[in-house]
Amino acid sequence: MAYTVPKLTDYTAAALESAANECIGACKSEAAAVHNDAELKSFRDRWMARKNGILTQINDQWLKGAPRDAKREAGIRVNELKARITEHVESAQIADHDNASEERVDITLPGVRRAMGAEHPIIKTSHEIVAVFQKLGYSVAEGPVVETDYYNFEALNFPPNHPARDTQDTLFIANQQSKAQRERLLLRTHTSPVQIRTMEKMRPPIRIVIPGTVHRNDPPDASHSPMFHQIEGLAVDTNITFGDLKGTLDHAMKSLFGSSVKTHFRPSFFPFTEPSAELYVTCFICGGSGKREGGAPCRPCKQTGWIEVLGCGMVDPNVFEFVKDNGYDPKKVSGFAFGMGVDRLAMLKYGVDDLQLFFQGDVRFLEQFG
Amino acid sequence: MKPLLAVGFWLLAKSQWPRANSVLMKLSPNWIRDFVDLSVDDHRLAEDLTNVGLGVEGVNGTGADTTWEMEIGTNRPDAMNHYGVAREAAAIYEKQLSALSCQLSPKPSSDTTFPITVEEPSLCPRFSGLVIRNTRIKPSPEKIAHRLQLLDQRPISNAVDATNYVLWEIGKPTHVFDMDLLEGGRIVVRKARAGETLKTLDGVERKLTTEDLVVCDAKKPVGLAGVMGGYDTMITDKTRNIVIESAWWDPGIVRKMSRRHALHTDASHRFERGADFESCPLSCNLVAKMILDSGGGELVGDVVDAVSKKIDQAPVLLHMSEVQRILGGSLDAGHVYRLLKRLGFELVPEGQGSSQKDQQFWVHIPSWRLDVEREIDVIEEIARLHGYDKFQNTLPAYSGAVVALPHAGMQATLRRRALALGYNEGVSLTFISHADAEKFSAPGARVLELENPLSEEASVMRTSLVPGMIDMLAYNLNRDVAEARLFEIAGVYELANGERVEPRRACLGVTAAAVRAALPKGSVLDVSKGDQSAAAEAFRGFKGDVESLLATFSGDLSYDRQVAEYLHPGRSVRALLNGAPVAQFGQLHPDVAAARKLRQDVFVAELDLEQLYRLGPRRVELAPPAKYPAVERDFSFVFSDEVSFGQMQAAISATGIRELQNKDTRPVEIFRGGSIAAGKYSILLRVRFQSAERTLREDEIAKWSAKIVSVLTELGGVQRA
Repeated sequence: MAYTVPKLTDYTAAALESAANECIGACKSEAAAVHNDAELKSFRDRWMARKNGILTQINDQWLKGAPRDAKREAGIRVNELKARITEHVESAQIADHDNASEERVDITLPGVRRAMGAEHPIIKTSHEIVAVFQKLGYSVAEGPVVETDYYNFEALNFPPNHPARDTQDTLFIANQQSKAQRERLLLRTHTSPVQIRTMEKMRPPIRIVIPGTVHRNDPPDASHSPMFHQIEGLAVDTNITFGDLKGTLDHAMKSLFGSSVKTHFRPSFFPFTEPSAELYVTCFICGGSGKREGGAPCRPCKQTGWIEVLGCGMVDPNVFEFVKDNGYDPKKVSGFAFGMGVDRLAMLKYGVDDLQLFFQGDVRFLEQFG
Repeated sequence: MKPLLAVGFWLLAKSQWPRANSVLMKLSPNWIRDFVDLSVDDHRLAEDLTNVGLGVEGVNGTGADTTWEMEIGTNRPDAMNHYGVAREAAAIYEKQLSALSCQLSPKPSSDTTFPITVEEPSLCPRFSGLVIRNTRIKPSPEKIAHRLQLLDQRPISNAVDATNYVLWEIGKPTHVFDMDLLEGGRIVVRKARAGETLKTLDGVERKLTTEDLVVCDAKKPVGLAGVMGGYDTMITDKTRNIVIESAWWDPGIVRKMSRRHALHTDASHRFERGADFESCPLSCNLVAKMILDSGGGELVGDVVDAVSKKIDQAPVLLHMSEVQRILGGSLDAGHVYRLLKRLGFELVPEGQGSSQKDQQFWVHIPSWRLDVEREIDVIEEIARLHGYDKFQNTLPAYSGAVVALPHAGMQATLRRRALALGYNEGVSLTFISHADAEKFSAPGARVLELENPLSEEASVMRTSLVPGMIDMLAYNLNRDVAEARLFEIAGVYELANGERVEPRRACLGVTAAAVRAALPKGSVLDVSKGDQSAAAEAFRGFKGDVESLLATFSGDLSYDRQVAEYLHPGRSVRALLNGAPVAQFGQLHPDVAAARKLRQDVFVAELDLEQLYRLGPRRVELAPPAKYPAVERDFSFVFSDEVSFGQMQAAISATGIRELQNKDTRPVEIFRGGSIAAGKYSILLRVRFQSAERTLREDEIAKWSAKIVSVLTELGGVQRA
């Protein structure tokens, strides 16, 4: 039976006390029975509403009905009561949700996901590689994609008519016949020209890393594209050794592929480095064993346990000769350079078996990298 | 990086820096073992050779018939043969390499020796010749034929096979002529004369130029020097008398001729890179011996050896200090001496270097190593044979600082915002067609055409990212992917005032379905029925995305309708920041979309990043959160279609009410049709008043509201009840 404000006839202290206690008791038990926001609101309204709330009724009935001589005492009492009730009402909380466990949603329904874009896997891989070298003190440099013969070949120690130029399958810009050979424009076949461009602008010591787009005259197929991406690195100082080249790249490979990978350097030939090397890392697919789980042969590393990741070497003194006037006397400074194909590393990293997937813009492919 | 399942990429070319300055060739380990006695098995031998730079990339066959696919740097012609590889193996294992001597006992010449005249001594410093008489041409012995077949060489006859065998054995190209077909009984090396022709062994009649160097008899060219012999003087079944030629040709002239005649042969390949000068007489003798052994006959006279200039490498002074400076580590002089000796270099100490570091050697280069010319080349030889992996890994000290590219931060922010808006990053090809170049280039932009394009579709460098973006969107639509959102940040390529420039652009592309799907439910403004209102809503959705990107940069944004023709004239816009054009965007022109057979409307935006980077990143300008409550009032008007929301906003702004900022006027609902007359629309505007200093009073709000009603009415609006 819900509490209603009783009419007071007896204004003795004891009677007032008893009426007050009854009221507080009712308030407390009602407060305890509040189960949700709606109930809390109606509970508050019932007790506190200015129009006809219980406190208002008490005020109206008990005070106004009090005999003259009891008015003062009743006033004090009622005020006390109001404070206590107010306190109870204010502190009333939604009681333990006995039936909350029945308020169930189907948690297997799919979440509403807002579309989020994914960074392109080649750009992402490029950023990761650049970040590793930035932490080693390398600054990012850039250079033009449409390059002159001079920067792409000549200053990198590819003399005119040298056989090493044949292997580059260069795409040339049309209508260049009237220019001297070194001025003729072509699409750079590697990011290496930026080595020269940077050394022309900055005196040693330098440490740069050069991400960029390069082109070769290769028709597109699963493993070739006329456009692809490289990252080039160059460090020149008065004290750079072949051991530094090895140590730097060993550190970088461990940062990229995990601290357990091993590196292996093999002699190679590039016109602009000497000595030149190819860097291999233990295959990150099979862990270097040459075999997949279950004993199947590991194909990415051709079962050798090693994957070639980049070309590198000590900067050839002939290259320094082209920028000698800017502080690059090959007798005084030495340096190393390295270059890697980003697309291929991204293919290895994500297990992409067709290079063309990178350039089609198929969102079903791209969104998986988010 | 985490290991992932992966198949298929073993097809990939090797590392692409600067891919493959090397050639692949088949060699036989068994043949290599003819010249050096090795205790290691083939597997180990392959690994050790690979580690000194002669890469064994593949293995075919088994046992004695095993062949290796070897990758040999273009700088190492000396190793493109079996003896050369054996020489490296001997150096690796410190074994004795068999000497290649060939003792023949020629019959003293009865006739005068075969005369050789070299008119171009600088291009042919050595020409060795040897004559065999009364021999028989027949098939090669089984062993010879088999070895050649293993290397995919087709046996032809004992004489021809002998030259081929010697080529693969010691790397020296030689040639055999039928002596009886050489007119005038002599050989002349000279430049070809204008109008001369030569039918080469491949049966092709070649027109010669005066730039060609030819081997001739008394009357006519009989061979293209260092490239290919002549057809008319070749060995046939009838041949009885043979002239063997082994010359040293200038690499440059061989290369030029090989290119001019598009004739790349095993011979030209080696001469271009430098053959062993000293092996001319030896190779003559080796070929002669094989012919005599199989076909009989007699040798007439010794090798005729016309040497006009000796080609050898000047000795190189090697400083131990330089070895240390380049390689690091602690190789001592004794070790360096022994390593180089093993490779055939002769070392003579120079001066009285007291300490290890000061020591110097004169290094004499063996005749087969034309690639070694400088001290650094010698240092590479030391490192190579010592083993790269034996050098200690070190990290260099550095005193410089890391500098970021000036636009790197803005580009990162732009990319992050595009990704957050749900756009996937695409990378499109850098080439476009002539037709697209015309359609999408900015007025006045000159395109860069390719001299040797892969196809007409890829014949010029892109002047806009839009064609590539449309291709990518079409790729998705054609595969029933209706919702595609893509962006790309990249360069375009143009000629400006004759100079090439590569301005950076950003491009957004999105299908109409994707725009609609991304519109929040509560954002609908135009509630009229029909395509036009749907298009208006989609345009607004895309505009919001572009604005979110432009908010990366500082400047006041404004719009006009000056856009390229590839955009829909009614549903596109040009954006300006501080009055400078920075972007154009909107729905693709229906004609362009139709030409590409797009299955859906698409929206594209092109942002001029050069201009935006100049404006710089937007700086945060903080305004304190309001302390006093704002009051909103709605105004419902009917306007003619000619009046834009922007005009209403401007009119309200012009009232100068301080408690009202420009962005505090916004449209809430737009409606056409129904009771609204054609050519008119109803618009519900919501205006928000706020003061930073006080709570607003009813009477002032009423006054401002009346003012707003009055300016909107002046603008031609009719207030709705």
